[in-house]
Amino acid sequence: MELVEAIILSVLAASTPLLIAATGELVTERSGVLNLGVEGMMIVGAACGFAGAWLTGSILVGALFGIVAGTLMSLIFALMALGLAVNQVATGLALTILGIGLSGLIGAGFVGERITPAAHLHLPGLSDIPLIGRVLFGEDAFVYFSIALIIGVWWFLYRTRAGLILRACGDNHVSAHALGYPVLRIRTFAVMFGGACAGLAGAYLPLAYTPFFIPGMTAGRGWIALALVVFSSWRPGRLVIGAYLFGAVTILQLHAQGWGVGIPSQFMSALPYLATVIVLVLLSRARTGGSTAPAALGTVFVPDR
Amino acid sequence: MQLVLEKRSERSNTIALVSPLIAIGLTIATMVILFAILGKNPLLALHAYFIAPLTDGYSLQEIAVKATPLVMIAIGLSLCYLANAWNIGAEGQFLIGAVAGSWIAVKTQGTDAGAWVLPAMLVLAAGAGALYALIPAICKVKFGASEILTSLMLVYVADLLLDYLVRGPWRDPHGFNFPTTAEFDPVATVPLLIEGGRLHLGSIIALLVVAAAAILLGRTIKGFEIRVVGAAPRAARFGGFNANQLVILTFAVSGALAGLAGIIEVAGPVGHLQPGISPGYGFTAIIVAFLGRLNPLGILIAGLFLALTFIGGEQAQIAMKIPLDVTKVFQGILLFYVLACDSLILYRFKLVFPNRQVARGAG
Repeated sequence: MELVEAIILSVLAASTPLLIAATGELVTERSGVLNLGVEGMMIVGAACGFAGAWLTGSILVGALFGIVAGTLMSLIFALMALGLAVNQVATGLALTILGIGLSGLIGAGFVGERITPAAHLHLPGLSDIPLIGRVLFGEDAFVYFSIALIIGVWWFLYRTRAGLILRACGDNHVSAHALGYPVLRIRTFAVMFGGACAGLAGAYLPLAYTPFFIPGMTAGRGWIALALVVFSSWRPGRLVIGAYLFGAVTILQLHAQGWGVGIPSQFMSALPYLATVIVLVLLSRARTGGSTAPAALGTVFVPDR
Repeated sequence: MQLVLEKRSERSNTIALVSPLIAIGLTIATMVILFAILGKNPLLALHAYFIAPLTDGYSLQEIAVKATPLVMIAIGLSLCYLANAWNIGAEGQFLIGAVAGSWIAVKTQGTDAGAWVLPAMLVLAAGAGALYALIPAICKVKFGASEILTSLMLVYVADLLLDYLVRGPWRDPHGFNFPTTAEFDPVATVPLLIEGGRLHLGSIIALLVVAAAAILLGRTIKGFEIRVVGAAPRAARFGGFNANQLVILTFAVSGALAGLAGIIEVAGPVGHLQPGISPGYGFTAIIVAFLGRLNPLGILIAGLFLALTFIGGEQAQIAMKIPLDVTKVFQGILLFYVLACDSLILYRFKLVFPNRQVARGAG
């Protein structure tokens, strides 16, 4: 039983950064913008988050540093892709290349340092219930926040007028503009939200997942988050399932090594990436005939005056 | 005050020519600020980065050596991007080429294998790179899966495969447990052009690739098809051009070139297979392709320039203790400015002041 509990706890921990980053990107893409810079924003969030926590000794400040860093990165993207109408694919790649460099530069002084990771909740009584106690009431704050975040986004997108307008921008920016909605401003906010989430997701890694910072510690999680948005068909509910499935694949790979399965560790480590490819193929195949992607996704919009 | 874009009636050719230069100028200006923030003398740093490597023969050869893989990969990527196919996984195709070619070198190690070894390595590497690139291409054409994400995921897979081979089956038994194969035999090594120097045959191959691409794009129907499919997909459909077929073709060619670059790097400057054979060539080549305006000659120049930043970065690290990551920041900023300046080709920037703006919704 303890093993099952440990596995569930580690799956939730591995899923949380994917869920947070993918939630942000979901909102960005719903507004019609494809920001491929998630990996770059995450990795800068990781470096700044660790720096913040190490300098102040506070996990909360670290998380805020990560959020601010991710948002600033996303503003560069917004300026380019929305302000200057530059190709979104190329701009997103540029953001990732820049982010990897910046993160190395910022984090260089912190390699080898350690911090006390984010505390896990402990509610006397509730957390002690066998099996479900620790799983439900013994997580770190980020896990609960990520769940609140995706519920909030679902509510915003489907239950508020602002969410409806945001989706309209993603599906048909020309009509949304004709109706008088400030398409570029709405998209800028969506991109900033995505950046804030990516920065927080990056910061989760050195603040809660491991208590130290190493260069390149996001290891492609930003790209997996992008794939998760496709996996979810741009729907919050399916995003949660996808994120936890991928977290489970990641943990399966770690445990399989521990169990001494006779497969080289590198093959197991390749599993999440291969799973991403297979999932993308299966989903795209199932969807032939009609895409569920926001219709204006990735297209340039320059309002006529 | 608000920045507004106004579409030009036709693209500005003057700006198309000078925009890479504007971008480099803006990048260097930004770097001066970054150096100052890092507490380094900006003038000395710029000298270490851009002037010092050009002043001695060894560094000049080193620039050509670094430019070789960048140019080869970028030429392939430019074909993809021209055809509107987004191959982002050149890094993985580079690694797979290095692995496949090294297989022959490892298997023939210490035998009396003849002069066929190196040519066989080059062919196998190019084939493996092409096949590896075909995975995302076929997934896109057959199933509609995003080639951006699949080609990228395969970079991590290639990296892990290389890691497994050099730590496991191919590890040099006399290598003190380092994850590396033994040094390749002379027949499995790319010959040097200058005795005792660094410049090798691969640089000549890169020049041939540039020439071939220039002929393909400028003089052949296929090249014309590639450019039309990318620039005007609707017109291409009326013209009966098959966009899917071009995705397959351009991915295969770019994968082959990346794979070839991979084995040339391993059998040339590195001399053996080990992790970390690429300082991100596959990703830097994306910048080279855009800075070179997706034009073969432009890519040759851009490749030399980005090679200069690698060498300059190393020299600046030794001479002034400037962190090596500054090179990556430089490359990222450069790509931003290149893209931003490209916007000037299609649009005019205008500053609009709110009080003069026509009321929204009136039109």
